[in-house]
Amino acid sequence: MNVFMTQTLNGLGLGSIYALIALGYSMVYGIVKLINFAHGDIIMVGGYVVLLMMVTMGLPLWMAVIGSVLFCALAGVLIERIAYRRLLNHGAPRISLLITAIGVSIFLQNLFQLIFGSDAKSVPQMFAFPPIAIGSLQIASSTIINIVVSVLMMIGLHLLVNKSRMGKAMRATSEDAGAAMLMGINTNHTVAFTFAVGSALAAVGAVLYCNTYPQLKPVMGNLLGLKAFVAAVLGGIGSIPGAMLGGYILGVAESWTKSYISSNLTDAVVFGILIVVLLLKPTGLLGKNVKEKV
Amino acid sequence: MKRMLATLLAAAMLVSMSACSSSSSTESSAPGGEPASSEDAAAPEEPPEEDDAAPTADGETIKIGGLAPLTGDVSQYGTAVDNAVKLAVADINAAGGVLGKQVEYICYDEKGDANEAVNAYNKLVNDDGVVALVGDVTSKPTEAVAQRALDDNLPMITASGTAEGITQGRPNVFRACFIDPFQGQLMASYAINKLGAKTAAILFDNGDPYSTGIADAFEAYAKENGLEIVAKEGYQTGTPDFNSQLTTIKEKNPDVLMIPVYYQDVALIAVQAKNLGLTSKMLGADGWDGVLEKIDASNVDALKDVYFCSQYSAESTDENLQSFLATYKETYGLEANMFAVLGYDAMQIMAAAINKAGSTDPDAIIAALGETNYAGLTGTTTFDESNNPVREAIITTVADGAYKFVENYKM
Repeated sequence: MNVFMTQTLNGLGLGSIYALIALGYSMVYGIVKLINFAHGDIIMVGGYVVLLMMVTMGLPLWMAVIGSVLFCALAGVLIERIAYRRLLNHGAPRISLLITAIGVSIFLQNLFQLIFGSDAKSVPQMFAFPPIAIGSLQIASSTIINIVVSVLMMIGLHLLVNKSRMGKAMRATSEDAGAAMLMGINTNHTVAFTFAVGSALAAVGAVLYCNTYPQLKPVMGNLLGLKAFVAAVLGGIGSIPGAMLGGYILGVAESWTKSYISSNLTDAVVFGILIVVLLLKPTGLLGKNVKEKV
Repeated sequence: MKRMLATLLAAAMLVSMSACSSSSSTESSAPGGEPASSEDAAAPEEPPEEDDAAPTADGETIKIGGLAPLTGDVSQYGTAVDNAVKLAVADINAAGGVLGKQVEYICYDEKGDANEAVNAYNKLVNDDGVVALVGDVTSKPTEAVAQRALDDNLPMITASGTAEGITQGRPNVFRACFIDPFQGQLMASYAINKLGAKTAAILFDNGDPYSTGIADAFEAYAKENGLEIVAKEGYQTGTPDFNSQLTTIKEKNPDVLMIPVYYQDVALIAVQAKNLGLTSKMLGADGWDGVLEKIDASNVDALKDVYFCSQYSAESTDENLQSFLATYKETYGLEANMFAVLGYDAMQIMAAAINKAGSTDPDAIIAALGETNYAGLTGTTTFDESNNPVREAIITTVADGAYKFVENYKM
């Protein structure tokens, strides 16, 4: 029973990172119907920025974290401005956007390989806490940190989207960009803001990732991004609580598979769950059934 | 029927064409004189020796062939072996040579390719008339050449071909390096005899033959010798997350945890094990070499009570090894690595065997190789019935953020 609880918490810790990245996928998809495949690589960018600020520039952790969040938000906005905006505003076919996103992803990976080399870089320890004991359970501190931070981030995001003016603009743009524009909402700004928030969350995810798995590679965004994308689809893409739920389910499923079935089957089980859920509920667990407007 | 004939004809044409092109490529380099393109580039100190040897009759030098990838993806391995073999030849000749004659070492670049290696092998045997071969370097070309050497009954020793099949069923083929499974047995034996372990767990990479090979050998040896395996957990290549497997292992609380994987993964595993509060001693194989470069100084305390084996250690206090490392650095301006050390020993073992055989008769040399008892840079080497080396391994640990030599261990 103890082991089961620990494994579940391990899974939640891993799922928290998936969830934070999935939020970015989900928000961007919700507002412009774009699957931003470069999002997984933003987490890689965030990781390298933290590393650079902590090791090369010798800044304290909190400054590195803030720097990384700002840098990633800026990178997200730049990517949207340079790579996507013209396509979005000129009604380019969905497939062109998708290919552009893949192009951006490959560009980022190669750029960072060029700058930092292709081998893994080690990251310093961030939070030096001993394992946390809850009753007879012993849990890695990083697991608890991941869960707490991801929940806080989701609450913050929920407030931002539902309580703020900008959030209202986001929801309006998501519902009907044309009508939102007629109501005087600057949709370009709103979309850019969405990219900024999504990328900032990825930077937070990057910090948690580095704290849990202290190693960075330029191609680390590939599988991570794919898993987070699966989490977003599983939870219902476009839904913020859905992305969180999807991330947690994925993490726990991975952890249980590794400990009770076979580590060989980890990815098979994860993607199997996705297929089953989509067969039963094509919009994902918390996805809404949107009626086609005629 | 007609179609079949056409296909056959086409196939025949293809075969003859490829045969033409391959033979022409070997010939084109042969008549042009001895210096193949590779030799010009890589062996500047070789030609004068050859000039000295040329006027004297063919029987005045003992010709030993070499094969190594001096260009291409794996050239860093090939260059290291080739450089070290040349140092060995210089030492041998300075000490009076072999059978009273000077040794002439002729090495061709095979670019890491099995076809090139076989072509170069043919040239060594047919044109140069070598009496023995020190090569090849990587497993695949070595395996291809080993088959030809078996057909020709040519005494052969590879410095670093680790694939188990290379020496199997080939009484004339030997190797200077450990094979992968041997390290598994060795570490199991070390855990039992030196660390007093009663229980062990294994964490390995499912997708890597190096890792699964050592893990299986460790498990088999442990079971036979009373070391209980309480958990054997695999992981998928490329995953950064080992928390689940480590939690399972921690629950079983084994005395030792064997992690036969490469250094990048070791760094991740060690930190996660520390964060989970796992206290088992950690064991590893030569893939661990380099782990300190992949773990930040702030996390290096994750590597305490770790023991891994390797074929040599630069920290070793052995005088011959230290003097070799110094000479190598002086001659080539590079640090010698494991391949260089093994290359040196491979050449010395071959030379010793020819001396012991008392002639260049292949059967006599092969018999002498089988009875090798050679004290070299990597320790005292003898060969088992599969022509794999039996000797002590170097056990290394990490202390205060640096590798530390523990002892030589022979199972």
